[in-house]
Amino acid sequence: MSLYRRDFLRATAAAAAALTLPRIARARARPHVVVVGGGFGGATAAKYLRMWSEGAVEVSLIEREAAFVSCPMSNLVIGGLKGMADITLDYERLRANWGVRVITDEALGVDPVRRSVRTARHGEIAGDRLVLAPGVAFESARIEGLAGNEERIPHAWKAGPQTAILRAQLEAMPDGGVFAMTIPRAPYRCPPGPYERACVVAHYLRTTKPRSKLLVLDANEGIIAKKALFERAFARYGTMIEYRPNSTLLAVDAATREAEFEFERVRADVLNVIPPMRAGELATRSGLALVNGAWAEVDWLAFGARGMPGVHVIGDAVFPAPGMPKSGHMANQHAKVVAAAILNELAGLPPNPTPVVMNTCYSFVDDRSAMHVASVHQYDAAKAQLLPVPGAGGLSEEASVAEGRTALKWAHHIWADTLD
Amino acid sequence: MTNRLLASAFVLACAVAPAQAADPHLARNLAATCANCHGTGGRSVYEPLVGRPREKLLSMLADFRSGEHEATIMHQIVRGYTDEQLELIATWFSEQR
Repeated sequence: MSLYRRDFLRATAAAAAALTLPRIARARARPHVVVVGGGFGGATAAKYLRMWSEGAVEVSLIEREAAFVSCPMSNLVIGGLKGMADITLDYERLRANWGVRVITDEALGVDPVRRSVRTARHGEIAGDRLVLAPGVAFESARIEGLAGNEERIPHAWKAGPQTAILRAQLEAMPDGGVFAMTIPRAPYRCPPGPYERACVVAHYLRTTKPRSKLLVLDANEGIIAKKALFERAFARYGTMIEYRPNSTLLAVDAATREAEFEFERVRADVLNVIPPMRAGELATRSGLALVNGAWAEVDWLAFGARGMPGVHVIGDAVFPAPGMPKSGHMANQHAKVVAAAILNELAGLPPNPTPVVMNTCYSFVDDRSAMHVASVHQYDAAKAQLLPVPGAGGLSEEASVAEGRTALKWAHHIWADTLD
Repeated sequence: MTNRLLASAFVLACAVAPAQAADPHLARNLAATCANCHGTGGRSVYEPLVGRPREKLLSMLADFRSGEHEATIMHQIVRGYTDEQLELIATWFSEQR
């Protein structure tokens, strides 16, 4: 046993003894952290808690799906450049390499006092700390006619069956057809994602169905990420892409695939509606403090849920600090901050007073070229916020084949850092 | 290892934030921000950092910062970290096996 681990166990035993813990947790010899949600945030948190504690902390990861399907690179599947198998991974190495107890089940709710998670099939699972990474929920009900019709009008904004549905619809679309996509008001998951999707769909159309039209209907006042770069990318597709800002979707008709906006009505052969989003349903069901009724409020040193000691929230579900995107990369970075903070707390130490997170995001503009945006966020003690460092980060000068290769490597690396 | 980390953390605390005690795992935590692109613990197949000499890593980072070393993205990322943080990161990776 390493010196670190022995000290850690001694300190955590003392800390555990000092607390009144729920019965199930107290019966365990080692501290137990329950992580809910096996996306980029939750899976990384589970792995790093095991790795950094050298196995001294037990970790249960509750995830609804048996497979991990990556949102990053899923636009390439829609564009026909990758298959579902290329973006589908599993949780086996979290089990085998790190000893994470992966529980495939639906989390129904959280008891913040007992620090337990109620599940559909595994009863109540209690821990000394909870990490919630519930991702986003789609507010389909805010668009008349959408709820319940997501197979006919897919969002494909959570990778999985929805990705395959949208790909199949695009393939079945006749040459000369109209592919219309709608973008919700920010904040939403993956700010550049819709514009990347427009580019790879346009690439597919240009090469296989060149008489077709792609309508991009954006509720925002303009492209909200990598603006100049995407404007250039769109221009390369000529009149095929038509971009319309200030287009807030009001209603859809699933039978006719018509979309109604404030000032116009659009009929499409494929209608891809990316609905407005909020923190994943578990956030609402657990009674977390939500900003604007939508996103979980946390502190930026330990990602602690406001008013719920011992409960942490990370990833897309969090109300973002200024300039902080909702991305898989950022969720992975949140996870490392929360893992370090929890291990410190269990050892009787305060959280790291100077956390740093960073983000890198690549977007493809065709079948091989990509461009990036990057940022580094340091903790500002006076403002109690993680804030982007001025003068750091930035954009590609232009999309390039070299960065297309880097983007694929990035995916390989982040998948491994999260799941292997 | 832990002692060395504590020592370097102590030096950092005195250098940049005398009023605030630095975290004993600061170097590990900072280095983990690199893992998304350089692999967990810097063990990437493509861009490994694990076990590379500290001085080599620091000179590469300095060259990224100055623009001497042409990059697509590292010149932008490196500017987000202080010199002290880069030293901690380089030291940490150099000590990993």
